[in-house]
Amino acid sequence: MTDTVPETKRQPVEDWATDFDHTHPDYAANAPEIWDDLRERCPVAHTERFGGAWLPTKAADVRAIAEDTDRFSSRGIIINDFRPELDIAPRGYAPPITSDPPFHQEARRLLLPPFSPKKIAEWEPMARACCQELLDEVEAELTAGGDVVDAATAYAQDIPVRVIAAMLGLPAEDGDKFRMFIHRILETPGQHEDIDPGETLVAYLSEKIRERRETGADGDDLISYLLTVEDPDGNHLSDEHVFGTIALLLIAGIDTTWSAIGASLWHLAQHPEDRRRWVEDPDVRLFAIEEFLRFYAPVTMARLAAEDTEVGGCPVKKEDWLLLSFPSYNRDPEAFEQADEFVIDRARNRHSAFGLGIHRCLGSNLARLELTVAIEEWMERFPDFELADPGTVRWSTGQVRGPRCLPVRVLGQEVSA
Amino acid sequence: MKIIYDRDACQGHNRCYQLAPELFDVDEEGYAVLLVTGEVPAELEEKAKLCADNCPEFAIEVEG
Ligand code: HEM
Ligand code: SF4
Repeated sequence: MTDTVPETKRQPVEDWATDFDHTHPDYAANAPEIWDDLRERCPVAHTERFGGAWLPTKAADVRAIAEDTDRFSSRGIIINDFRPELDIAPRGYAPPITSDPPFHQEARRLLLPPFSPKKIAEWEPMARACCQELLDEVEAELTAGGDVVDAATAYAQDIPVRVIAAMLGLPAEDGDKFRMFIHRILETPGQHEDIDPGETLVAYLSEKIRERRETGADGDDLISYLLTVEDPDGNHLSDEHVFGTIALLLIAGIDTTWSAIGASLWHLAQHPEDRRRWVEDPDVRLFAIEEFLRFYAPVTMARLAAEDTEVGGCPVKKEDWLLLSFPSYNRDPEAFEQADEFVIDRARNRHSAFGLGIHRCLGSNLARLELTVAIEEWMERFPDFELADPGTVRWSTGQVRGPRCLPVRVLGQEVSA
Repeated sequence: MKIIYDRDACQGHNRCYQLAPELFDVDEEGYAVLLVTGEVPAELEEKAKLCADNCPEFAIEVEG
């Protein structure tokens, strides 16, 4: 890739096998090449950064870690210089993603019905209208002058924000705030010392939850649901639980889906044959969406080793971090035929973009809906487009990977007023 | 051909229901429900194989 690499405070990486740093801009720009190289010469990479972390790149190792919740705890899922306190287990800061069994199961079960395929399908008209509205704005901008638009910021980033805000019952205008919180937490963890305590996710959500308690939690939104839902013993959820889950739903669904939409548009911008196939063959779309998710899987999770153990023959110490690279899994030639090629009609695609095992992405049905609708609507409006300047595309750092700046030139549009 | 579905392995990825709603439904928590427990009709055999080949959790197998 020839994309730009911005300035960073991170130390340069000499060797990715012994000193990797997924928060370095070089990783953001070249991650697939780095995984391929590591898989061949050192499939479980290590770093002393973050107090010691491992990066397994083979599908078999990633699956083994995801399935073994005894040896690998979800108490920490975003690698940081600090480890979350031991006494927050088994619930963790943001249940269910930071929870281990058996607590995990209950925390997750109460969220499954609103995120089930049939319930999520009800959000399709809203998601579609949101995409169309954003495209109207993009079109107006193009009409006003020029043929270039930043597909990441003018389109992709707003779709998941508007949908999850509606589901939670929060104002869509707060979207910029949500993205600022998320950028700090996911893309540049531990790199902020000077934050105004009034301008944090904690302050924002605590206020919203307090408001909701005062006005009565009787809406059909998810915040009201969490404030009123009862566990099997008839108890309400603790305040920490409600707060953690709302924070999770807000954080987990935005950067991730934005990244998936952006990366898919980045691909289409460079592949006229895939654009043509998408337009001419509606049956291929179901497969194309899964191939976007495989090839550009945006999410890497982490675990903390619960005991001294080994992964792929490497000695892992208790409390070491492990990156769970679902994106690297998806490019392992031992798990996929032609793993390094984007095959738009790939029929056998057992990808792990939404994780594996008990933490399977709770929002996967929503994410898939948003991604499908976003690409359908974009392609309906702008079937032909290209990268305006590959040198200006910028990918996010950290555990969620997608284009954050994606200027594309819309082609062959008779711009009409 | 028969489909063998392992409910304990299923994590609700929903790939099967998407690919073949004729063969799989989903319950209200999003887990798969096998609709065809006997012989798979010949015209659905390809779809049954597709479900088996795409389930991330190896929860679906076809036999015969
Ligand atoms: C393309 C977009 C998305 C991708 C690639 C993605 C990926 C993932 C992955 C890989 C996990 C597994 C975490 C682990 O094993 O520790 C996960 C968990 C989760 N995701 Fe997503 N996600 C996406 C969108 C969403 C959306 C839209 C929501 C909902 C608003 C969401 C909510 C969650 C939640 C709540 C969990 C935790 C589930 C649990 O621990 O039981 N995600 N996601
Ligand atoms: S694809 Fe597999 S994991 Fe997903 S719902 Fe079907 S059987 Fe379950």
